[in-house]
Amino acid sequence: MKIRIQRYDPDHDAKPYMKEYDVQLEPSDRMLLDALVRVKEMDDSFSFRRSCREGVCGSDAMNINGKNGLACVTKVADLKEPVELRPLPGLPVIRDLYVDMSQFFKQYHSIKPYLINNDPAPQLERLQSPEDRAELDGLYECILCACCSTSCPSFWWNPDKFVGPAGLLQAYRFIADTRDQATEARLDDLEDPYRLFRCHTIMNCVDVCPKSLNPTKAIGKIKDLMLKRVV
Amino acid sequence: MVNRVITGAHYGFGSWLAQRVTACAMAIYSVLFVIMLIAIRPGDYEAWHGMFVPVWMRLATILFWLSLCYHAWVGVRDIIMDYIKPTAARLVAHGLVIFALIGLAAWSVQILWRA
Repeated sequence: MKIRIQRYDPDHDAKPYMKEYDVQLEPSDRMLLDALVRVKEMDDSFSFRRSCREGVCGSDAMNINGKNGLACVTKVADLKEPVELRPLPGLPVIRDLYVDMSQFFKQYHSIKPYLINNDPAPQLERLQSPEDRAELDGLYECILCACCSTSCPSFWWNPDKFVGPAGLLQAYRFIADTRDQATEARLDDLEDPYRLFRCHTIMNCVDVCPKSLNPTKAIGKIKDLMLKRVV
Repeated sequence: MVNRVITGAHYGFGSWLAQRVTACAMAIYSVLFVIMLIAIRPGDYEAWHGMFVPVWMRLATILFWLSLCYHAWVGVRDIIMDYIKPTAARLVAHGLVIFALIGLAAWSVQILWRA
């Protein structure tokens, strides 16, 4: 299998370059991550993140043949050769496929991704009805791999001001949570030409999400709530 | 002045809603305009002029132009915010666009209401 990988070591390289590898796969190597492990065996200077190898941790997000995805859940058989691998677009490259995700997580933290509830904590847990709990389906599953935000042109252009699809999906996850008491403040925080309204419904985020989530729908629901509170 | 990323202008929703409302107004006018074109088939200046004689048509056209100007303002402002970073230059660009759009709107009123 032929794989072309963007390589860059800031200590030795003036700029990134593409390096091709001819990888001999074993019958058990089904996923792209398996192929990358083979590349690592051939060339131990090659760097990439990985952890759970089953689409849960989000570590091995990368640009695969021009589309963001997780190497561990991408089948080798589905890929056109030579497979071109690049780091997630729009984030500073640290080395090879490693990117600096500080900006991504800064935006994630800015939406206060935790329950805000000033009532005294109950002895066991804050209960929800099954219907209220169902509101969180399609929201809580996000693994923060950054595939969506780094495929969004608005995030590429304003990563310091636009929250991005991942952050906004999580913003709605807490707005939709009946146990949260900060809905007004959360909506106020997003009522801004940059933080929420730089989303122009391009829907790249929906196209690439490896968990099949729909950040655009969540963003639409935030806008619906903003409309509801002014009319 | 501190060099800090500032957000929180609190006008995003109003602009977003206004852009959609003005888009609806323009879409309705466009359909109406096409229907009138098919019905009247203006072939000369007199026929074109006659199409805009009814007051309701003039008011609808003014509404269309105002919607277009506001819609354009939101869109162009977003482009300026994306591409012009220095605050002073951005302010000047915003001002120029506002003056141009107000001028266009006033001009359209003048054209529609002149004899």
